Amino acid sequence: MCGIVGLFLKDKSLEPQLGAMLSEMMVLLTDRGPDSAGIAIYGSSAEGQGKLTIQSPAPKRDFAGLDAELSKKIGAPVAMTVKSTHAVFVMPADKLEAAREAIAELRPAARVMGMGEAIEIYKEVGLPEKVAERFEVSKMSGTHGIGHTRMATESAVTTMGAHPFSTGPDQCLVHNGSLSNHNNVRRELRREGMTFETENDTEVAAAYLSHKIAGGMDLGQALESSLSDLDGFFTFVVGTKNGFGVVRDPIACKPAVMAETDRYVAFGSEYRALANLPGIEQARVWEPEPSTVYFWEH
Amino acid sequence: MATSNLAKAPAPETQYAARVFDLAKVPLRELNQALHDVTDGSNETAWEVLNPKGNHAVAVGIDAAINVDVHGSVGYYCAGMNQKANVTVHGSVGPGVAENMMSGAVIVKGDASQYAGATGRGGLLVIEGNASSRCGISMKGINIVVRGNVGHMSAFMAQSGNLVVLGDAGDALGDSIYEARLFVRGSVKSLGADCIEKEMRPEHIEILKDLLERAGMTDAKPEEFKRYGSARTLYNFNIDNADAY
Amino acid sequence: MTYHNPPTTPRRSATFDEYTMSEIRRAAATGIYDIRGAGAKRKVPHFDDLLFLGASISRYPLEGYREKCETKVVLGSRFAKKPIELKIPITVAGMSFGSLSGPAKEALGRGATIAGTSTTTGDGGMTEEERGHSQTLVYQYLPSRYGMNPRDLRRADAIEIVVGQGAKPGGGGMLLGQKISDRVAEMRTLPKGIDQRSACRHPDWTGPDDLEIKILEIREITDWEKPIYVKVGGARPYYDTALAVKAGADVVVLDGMQGGTAATQEVFIENVGQPTLACIRPAVQALQDLGMHRKVQLIVSGGIRNGADVAKALALGADAVSIGTAALVALGDNDPRWEAEYEKLGTIAGAYDDWHEGKDPAGITTQDPELMKRVDPIAAGRRLANYLKVMTLEAQTIARACGKNHVHHLEPEDLCALTIEAAAMSGVPLAGTNWIPGKNNF
Repeated sequence: MCGIVGLFLKDKSLEPQLGAMLSEMMVLLTDRGPDSAGIAIYGSSAEGQGKLTIQSPAPKRDFAGLDAELSKKIGAPVAMTVKSTHAVFVMPADKLEAAREAIAELRPAARVMGMGEAIEIYKEVGLPEKVAERFEVSKMSGTHGIGHTRMATESAVTTMGAHPFSTGPDQCLVHNGSLSNHNNVRRELRREGMTFETENDTEVAAAYLSHKIAGGMDLGQALESSLSDLDGFFTFVVGTKNGFGVVRDPIACKPAVMAETDRYVAFGSEYRALANLPGIEQARVWEPEPSTVYFWEH
Repeated sequence: MATSNLAKAPAPETQYAARVFDLAKVPLRELNQALHDVTDGSNETAWEVLNPKGNHAVAVGIDAAINVDVHGSVGYYCAGMNQKANVTVHGSVGPGVAENMMSGAVIVKGDASQYAGATGRGGLLVIEGNASSRCGISMKGINIVVRGNVGHMSAFMAQSGNLVVLGDAGDALGDSIYEARLFVRGSVKSLGADCIEKEMRPEHIEILKDLLERAGMTDAKPEEFKRYGSARTLYNFNIDNADAY
Repeated sequence: MTYHNPPTTPRRSATFDEYTMSEIRRAAATGIYDIRGAGAKRKVPHFDDLLFLGASISRYPLEGYREKCETKVVLGSRFAKKPIELKIPITVAGMSFGSLSGPAKEALGRGATIAGTSTTTGDGGMTEEERGHSQTLVYQYLPSRYGMNPRDLRRADAIEIVVGQGAKPGGGGMLLGQKISDRVAEMRTLPKGIDQRSACRHPDWTGPDDLEIKILEIREITDWEKPIYVKVGGARPYYDTALAVKAGADVVVLDGMQGGTAATQEVFIENVGQPTLACIRPAVQALQDLGMHRKVQLIVSGGIRNGADVAKALALGADAVSIGTAALVALGDNDPRWEAEYEKLGTIAGAYDDWHEGKDPAGITTQDPELMKRVDPIAAGRRLANYLKVMTLEAQTIARACGKNHVHHLEPEDLCALTIEAAAMSGVPLAGTNWIPGKNNF
């Protein structure tokens, strides 16, 4: 049960403001989710470079010297930026998988939040405003991003239980609603070799989509197939390297509002989140239809 | 422009000036309390609300014959449980606009989200744009006129009143409907359980004509609409209708 | 020599017992599932499986009649400008006009008022009988919104947003056509004589994030004066309590599976939801985890029958309890004086549960003008008041014996359990041991 915001920029001149716009939108939905907050930002990276975001409960201990150790381990240069409990490592894209494995060994307490060519993920427990401040989200630039405020229903209020969930390269998913068959789906996905960090229903949805994509579907097809395999109430917003998508369950009770102008496409669980966007008065504002996949790509 | 003036204005020259509440500066509570403090016969009949910015419960629970103009888009439950007042939203409205309205009128210049006019018992709700899903859900006497389209499950379990749609209706229109009347000018994607097309009789043309006039939509002719209502097959349980439950 | 087979005693199946076989025959004959009232009838672990320890040398009891044992309870102190103060920690649960007759509703109001407690409307609106005769009246805000209007919202002393009830968490209701009289039909805006189906979800919100906004709207309409209760059935009590608190409730009402109902599928009543005993500790734990125990009050209902049940519920952490079925019995429901008429209906006094059919010989769950005359609201109200007072005295007696000057000072540590099941469900040790199943690695 939560608040979702998403922003996909068409106008490049807005890119330096992406973080500022997205964090303001997210904070406006604090009432819908005061327990934790998270944000996925898709920013450009140099040709052939990739990013890995990790989180640690003991950042001082875990991040000290980690860039050098990681560099040595994977045999490639690594640049590290620490933001509070998170650190982003930039390295050659073909070394990401090796780096993920190395981190598990070097820093067992650290958790990989996401990796890919463009994605950075920051999430923590606490009020959305505090979370946005601690990661200085408002200073970030990017092409598109997704934010989430969480009111936990049945799973724990923890960093790992916060959204977005990323279960594949440059993929992330946030959710408003409550799935009713996630335990069975999780068991099936486990049997197929997927691993899970939490008991959260949303992580199952993310893993489901990643699994379908890994099996050869594109995101649109994966979302279509989620409509028959996932039961319950949901509005999903998903991010990929180049775009973002929206889908609502067939009953479509959980709220969703979209706005589009020449400069951006925006998503909010409520109109409140969109009310301060530039040119919103002239934007095309509508609600996504049930069982319908919406997708924008750069 | 005055932001808040809770004290009654006694001077005759200001008697008819609109009271203005800028929600960017004044808390919602102050607006609603002031609206509740108005009594019938008060001279304060004109109210303006600025900068609602998608906030919820704007101008709810009014019980006086006043005019409220809301400039901008609002969140959930705007004009909820309205009695007597005319509330005009110069923008779009979130879920549950005019929910459980008793009387008066609510006019939305833009679009409405889901549950517009839910459980409304009286009065007139006019939506000049489109309404989303479940428009008129469980309506109990309200009249709703929508210039655009309505979404899926509109008039679900509608008990009484009239829903007029100048555009198209989405899936499962009038599912499990009781005695409400549904008039749709455009297409209906599908009818819900126990909802059927019915004959348009002269009395229905009259009802429709009156509603279109009151909603200021006289460019639509009553004869262009089709009427839908209850087949009444679910009124008393029958196991052979179990698929419809 | 011929083999002689000695006769054996006819043996009935434990699986296909008499009741089960009659139900199969009934379903086959009618083609409809059984609808009934009265809540779960199967045996489930209950307050009977708990005992109080009392005081002797290590603890000192209070003298009855001389040393005070308070029973007062304040509900809605979190946000409401006008919280409710009740003399006793027992309230009367929501039962609709429509389901109950006018005189029965009046009697509930009279009885509760004499005893110093509240009564509650139900799915069908507020009647003059109950508003007029109830000093403190809780107005239920239900998915159907029958009879809902802002005037009654403002005339109420508290507002209870009903998400679910113990007899059917996740389900709606069904009031058969026989009970839709002219007056009921008018109050519910329905044609007379048709079945009335009650929705299982609210028409204009879903989930705790929307509930928070719904609560804001109701508070704004009523100028933040009234306590807002949220009532849930015993489904997932830890999460449901925590989410009601997060959404802004002043009071959480938690109804276990023994909670009564007027009309629901028997399969639902008997097979969905948790026993009341199992619901309390998780709900209290949620309040404690949020730092809200005793700040957001918890009212527990479903199978409360006597002062011992009241005291046990409070000891497990509830602030008050609520009674429904027991209140109807006090008014005269299922009374053996109507035995002959119960038999005509194919049942017996004490087992009558076709509350939805409107033929109640006691005149309580009916809209039949002749039958409802059998309820004298003054006398029936007096009986309810007497019963409420007896339960209060009983709870006080126990609390004093445990050395408490307020019934709210009872604790789980004042209890022990007779069965392993009850020990596990209520989180108190099995009698004679310090063993709580599921705790401390056991």
